[in-house]
Amino acid sequence: MKAIRKNSQVSGKGEIGVWFSSLGLSLGLLMIVALLGVIAYNGLSVFWPKRVVQVEFDPQSAPDLGSRSAVAGIITSQKVKSQESPEEWRLFVGNKDQYGISYSYFDRDSLLKVTQPEDLLVLERTAYGKAIGYPEHISGPSGELVSAEHPEFAERLGSLVRECQDRGKEIRKLETREIGAIHEALENLRLQQLRLERQSELSSKDREALEKIEKERARYESLFTTLATQARSLRDLQTSHKLQYRLASGEEIDLPIGEIHRFFYPNQIGFWGRAAVFCNHIKEFLLSEPREANTEGGVFPAIFGTFVMTLFMCVIVTPFGVLAAIYLCEYAKDGVFVRVVRIAINNLAGVPSIVFGVFGLGFFVYLVGGTLDELFFSLRLPTPTFGTGGILWASLTLALMTVPVVIVAAEEALTSVSPGLRESSMACGASKWQTIQRIVLPASAPGVLTGMILAMARGAGEVAPLMLLGVVKIAPSLPLDNQFPFLHLDRKFMHLGFHIYDLGFQSPDSEAALPMVFATTLLLIVLVVVLNLAAILIRNRLRRKYQIAGF
Amino acid sequence: MNPQWQNRAASRRRDPRGRDYISVKDYCFWFGQAQVLKGLNLDMQKGSVTAFIGPSGCGKSTLLRSFNRLNELNPQARHRGDIAIEGLSIYDPAVEVISLRKRVGMVFQKSNPFPKSIYENVVYSLRVAGENNKSILDEVAENSLRSAALWEEVKDRLGESAFSLSLGQMQRLCIARAIANEPEVILMDEPCSALDPIATAKIEELIHELKVKYTIIIVTHNMQQAARVSDSTAFFYTGNLIEYNKTQEIFLNPQNDKTEAYVSGRSG
Repeated sequence: MKAIRKNSQVSGKGEIGVWFSSLGLSLGLLMIVALLGVIAYNGLSVFWPKRVVQVEFDPQSAPDLGSRSAVAGIITSQKVKSQESPEEWRLFVGNKDQYGISYSYFDRDSLLKVTQPEDLLVLERTAYGKAIGYPEHISGPSGELVSAEHPEFAERLGSLVRECQDRGKEIRKLETREIGAIHEALENLRLQQLRLERQSELSSKDREALEKIEKERARYESLFTTLATQARSLRDLQTSHKLQYRLASGEEIDLPIGEIHRFFYPNQIGFWGRAAVFCNHIKEFLLSEPREANTEGGVFPAIFGTFVMTLFMCVIVTPFGVLAAIYLCEYAKDGVFVRVVRIAINNLAGVPSIVFGVFGLGFFVYLVGGTLDELFFSLRLPTPTFGTGGILWASLTLALMTVPVVIVAAEEALTSVSPGLRESSMACGASKWQTIQRIVLPASAPGVLTGMILAMARGAGEVAPLMLLGVVKIAPSLPLDNQFPFLHLDRKFMHLGFHIYDLGFQSPDSEAALPMVFATTLLLIVLVVVLNLAAILIRNRLRRKYQIAGF
Repeated sequence: MNPQWQNRAASRRRDPRGRDYISVKDYCFWFGQAQVLKGLNLDMQKGSVTAFIGPSGCGKSTLLRSFNRLNELNPQARHRGDIAIEGLSIYDPAVEVISLRKRVGMVFQKSNPFPKSIYENVVYSLRVAGENNKSILDEVAENSLRSAALWEEVKDRLGESAFSLSLGQMQRLCIARAIANEPEVILMDEPCSALDPIATAKIEELIHELKVKYTIIIVTHNMQQAARVSDSTAFFYTGNLIEYNKTQEIFLNPQNDKTEAYVSGRSG
């Protein structure tokens, strides 16, 4: 009896290791959860419309606001720096066109009065960011006024804003699609003309063609003038109605309705109103293009660029890696050379990504792209077509970077296909390649997909090499659109990772951009998770299909 | 079938060795340095069932896998001596290993259906041979499944995964897969070792039916099974052929002490 008890005490010996390992795991989990929590909270709170306060103060206590003695803004932080100093408030004051700053700092003690007026209005503008003020009236083109006290003022403003936004869409369509198409056609004409003129002798037929080109050009140019006039007249309509509002500090400002993106009364709307604005903000963030040096508006081009680039990378890297793995696993005879190749592959995974970027720039962009330009696009030179960074070269370089991951995973998957399956296939009269192609590859598809998931996780978040390979702050067009040939692999693109870097460290007002940095980070994480989840779902489906009968 | 083979086979039909359908002559086999088979000589008749018995590691499976040259998948495999089917050596340079494997089908110990549908499993050998004519494939699939006594059970779910079958059905599916090639010889490597008695009985019944058309060689650890299904039995011990005779003789009247000890369960 005694011995047993003693034993049971002794059985704990060494078990302390369990505690250490679980401690390690929980620390790791805690850090991940905390990081995700911070990003999610900060990222999502950007979109939530907060209440606006009006503060009155002694002008000397806030020198960056000049001689103003009142201002309205959103409290973004309330900090106590030390025991002696009072609480410090940071207010987002907006109205950058008037104040020249986005944030202002106040000591709580220096504030004479803090109120939350019901009729404060937040205007999201297409330029200069948010404006916060009291609406006065709307003035029409013929001088008619709708005062802010009018019961239907908000409705009237709303319908005018919607009207202007629809018109804005029309203008954008005119300018990007139709005028863009004309520019495209003119550029083609120019190239045709150039080709003809480069010939040493012009036949009569060529001359005829040149004349025809001239005529075509004249036709396009007149069409362009018509469209441009049309766009201009539409633009004029955008400014026909004006909203006058008064800042808390007293200035009165006239704002053309066409410049209003959205408006709401932050101190009037209840929870559901806020939720509606929140959803609206998220929708805009996901689906629209950036404004104001990327600090406002959405990130759709960046989402799309990241998505297309990652997809391309997978399409390139998976077959490439799988073929290499097939050779290594099925055909290569074990020897010094194969071992060296394996070591090299593993080391390749550890090469810093910027090195790949430099390689991609030197090899893909300058060598391959430059040669392509000389061979096929010589007329456009010196403007490069493929001889500059673009989504194709970026995807290829990332594929090169992630190929070791796929090779290792695919090789493991191929090795784990039971030898019995191979033998039965061979015994049926299949050749080795047929066996690989029809039996081994399908059975190892889940493992190959695991490799792809790992490659995706590494590739989608990579920024450094992309900076050399065609990522830009603002891309004028998406890599996929409705213009022939629809997929433009030579185009530059936007990327969420680069967007974060650009917003946080390159923007003129990085403090104002900080919330967007969080939101974009959150989005990048979500995008990677979504891509991974999709791949995992496919893998599970394949696993179910190819599950090996248990014995 | 390889036409060259047919011609050669026809020209050698009067070869004195040809009276015995499959003949193994002075066959030695090595994996690396280890000699697995030590100079075997035995002949098998057409349309017969031959059982290979012996303790584990005696080389019976290795010999079985020599008939379709499956051992060659291991790069360390070496052999000496010869095996001839219908008078033509399987190592003859004119014989392509793929056409040999079409003549000599095989069923494995572990029933390993391919991760495909039942139908695609059966017609796999035709598919790899380049046959894509639907009506031919359908016909072969039905005939093979009927021959393997599986047709009635699966005819309504040919498109389902082969893994949806029971173990016994899977093994019969593997037999159907081997039959689809219309082989002349079927090698069976302990086909019933993972099956319950009822599934085993079905397979044994099937072997009886199949031997009308095919020459069957079966490796088994089950003495009763060898006694039930085979016409002749060969007893192997440490790479040597100890005794080879009619099954009845081996079991009732073994000439060798080792054979007697093994079949009566005193060694092995």
